[in-house]
Amino acid sequence: MGVLITGTNTGSCERDSPGHVRYNSVSELKWRPLLLRIRVKPDNTGVVTDGVKHSMNPFCEIAVEEAVKLKEKKLVKEVVAVSCGPQQSQETIRTALAMGADRGIHVEVSGKDYETLGPLQVSKIMAALAKKEDAQLIILGKQAIDDDCNQTGQMTAALLDWPQGTFASEVTLDGDKIKVVREIDGGLETIKINTPAVLTADLRLNTPRYATLPNIMKAKKKKIANVKAADLGVNLTSRLEVLKVEDPPQRQAGMKVETVEDLVGKLKEAGKV
Amino acid sequence: MAALGPLSRITRLGCNFCRNHRLMFNRNSQKRGIASCIDPSYGLTDEQKEFQKVAFDFAANEMAPHMAEWDQKEVFPVETMRKAAQLGFGGIYTRPEVGGSGLSRLDTSIIFEALSTGCVSTTAYISIHNMCAWMIDTFGNDEQRESFCPDLCSMEKFASYCLTEPGSGSDAASLLTSAQRKGDHYVLNGSKAFISGGGDTDVYVVMCRTGGKGAKGISCLVVEKGTPGLSFGKKERKVGWNSQPTRAVIFEDCAVPATNRLGEEGQGFNIAMKGLNGGRINIASCSLGAAHASVLLAKDHLLVRKQFGETLANNQFLQFKLAEMATKLVASRLLVREAATALQEDRADAVSLCSMAKLFVTDECFNVCNQALQMHGGYGYLKDYAVQQFVRDIRVHQILEGTNEVMRMIISRNLLTES
Repeated sequence: MGVLITGTNTGSCERDSPGHVRYNSVSELKWRPLLLRIRVKPDNTGVVTDGVKHSMNPFCEIAVEEAVKLKEKKLVKEVVAVSCGPQQSQETIRTALAMGADRGIHVEVSGKDYETLGPLQVSKIMAALAKKEDAQLIILGKQAIDDDCNQTGQMTAALLDWPQGTFASEVTLDGDKIKVVREIDGGLETIKINTPAVLTADLRLNTPRYATLPNIMKAKKKKIANVKAADLGVNLTSRLEVLKVEDPPQRQAGMKVETVEDLVGKLKEAGKV
Repeated sequence: MAALGPLSRITRLGCNFCRNHRLMFNRNSQKRGIASCIDPSYGLTDEQKEFQKVAFDFAANEMAPHMAEWDQKEVFPVETMRKAAQLGFGGIYTRPEVGGSGLSRLDTSIIFEALSTGCVSTTAYISIHNMCAWMIDTFGNDEQRESFCPDLCSMEKFASYCLTEPGSGSDAASLLTSAQRKGDHYVLNGSKAFISGGGDTDVYVVMCRTGGKGAKGISCLVVEKGTPGLSFGKKERKVGWNSQPTRAVIFEDCAVPATNRLGEEGQGFNIAMKGLNGGRINIASCSLGAAHASVLLAKDHLLVRKQFGETLANNQFLQFKLAEMATKLVASRLLVREAATALQEDRADAVSLCSMAKLFVTDECFNVCNQALQMHGGYGYLKDYAVQQFVRDIRVHQILEGTNEVMRMIISRNLLTES
């Protein structure tokens, strides 16, 4: 899920609306399965998702929370929550609305198109929406917990030719720039990027709030627009074909040896040494 | 938390993970992963599913990890309950003008059922608190509502419901605590027994005798902690419900302003019973949550525990037993939800249905939890495993808010009284 943030109140970007800076923040929400025991489909084309409960990707929750926080600090005018998927992914948009997003956009993708929907298609949709909504900031979760691709944010930035602040663990809006502290392999890296920009949320960026009962009721009145990918001029055909999905090999029992010589001998036998 | 040998994977419902780790390990999936026949979200509107989700998340993150500790150390979890109140759980069916959430009885049932999976005892207290807030909101005048309800809805202050006395339980209308009118005060004398929250709560909704014998002589007064003449007995040691203190509440020439009377003199018993109708649905909902959690625990155990060369899940007796438990659970849920709807719509059968729901559901869900414990074998008897706490906590639901015997009285009276 990404949060398109529309309208940061920094005053340095003049747009068309009367007197107001319009930064739109858009969040792309991914609708994830909650998997207890993962089972591969008998025909090895994928994983069983029928009858498995789905919910918002945890990193997307963090993205929404960050967007709502920015709005509460009055640094951002409007938060738009976006999700691409079948009818049921509207639930995640509603959760985002209950957390504080202003409105939602549901890009309906179902059936075969949904099965082959990957980061490239989603990032094309996000880029198109960003232009359409005149967004200044896109916040996504760093990766989805079902496919762990970690690509959508980066691809979206590339398609829009915007700077990206990925794996963000701290975000500060500073004039028309954004200071992002990123979690990298070596530790923490702080960068300053121009707006408009794409951010991806990492685990420690914030702790998502619970939706309160009054907010859930208020969310009912918020609008969710329905859009088709074709309307945005996006071609959903995938250039990837999944050939096979299979379980990892069963763990084999190990062998115990008495001496180091035995160990070396066995390793040589197995051709490892 | 301790876990034993080969069953170390059988953990308390979600208690291992803090909120952030939840993201990585999908602990919630242990409760809601695979859609199954006992999924409590079937038949709900989208909005109700959202309420339920918040309640389940809150239960899993804020309550379940502490459920055992609260039970063992007898902690009254004020901070956690205040967090719940911030989400709107302090006055779920109290009107929004005074700080409540203004939801329906059915929404309330759904929420308590979900919260109960985290801790029955705490959820049950929250439901009693909600009942008191509703009584003041519904029967109080505007000054009383504005004076008491906002603090109750935010759980800045906590409430207790005082009806039962040492000499009058099921025969509630024979209560003896007297309230004599003296100028602009009532002077209370007497004592209440088994009061949930007693001693730790701030606002006491007290049924007392202002008039003659029987139900018509009873009025309802709101007594605040700190009023001279109000004192408390020792904290009772209970089998369950240990996260809420239970004490006697004692009145010795306790002067209460007459402006604290809810409704008219003589209306008190009626107010008490109307409060209890909803209270019965709430208690039944708490039993549902415990049964739901127990069925999931039992299911997990059956899939892991092996005897005689195969998992217990391959044993037909246990399969059938689990099926029966699931069926009773779903039947109970449907009855509670129907009763909640009837009460909301003020249907003619509402009171009987609430009694039937309380009777049936508390009995059946106790059996479900008990059988879940049995399926755990010896491990079910250990406090390291959550199922025993569910059993102990919901045992009292068959007794309070009107014993199940009194429920039968209400139902049979409805059937046998010539109209």
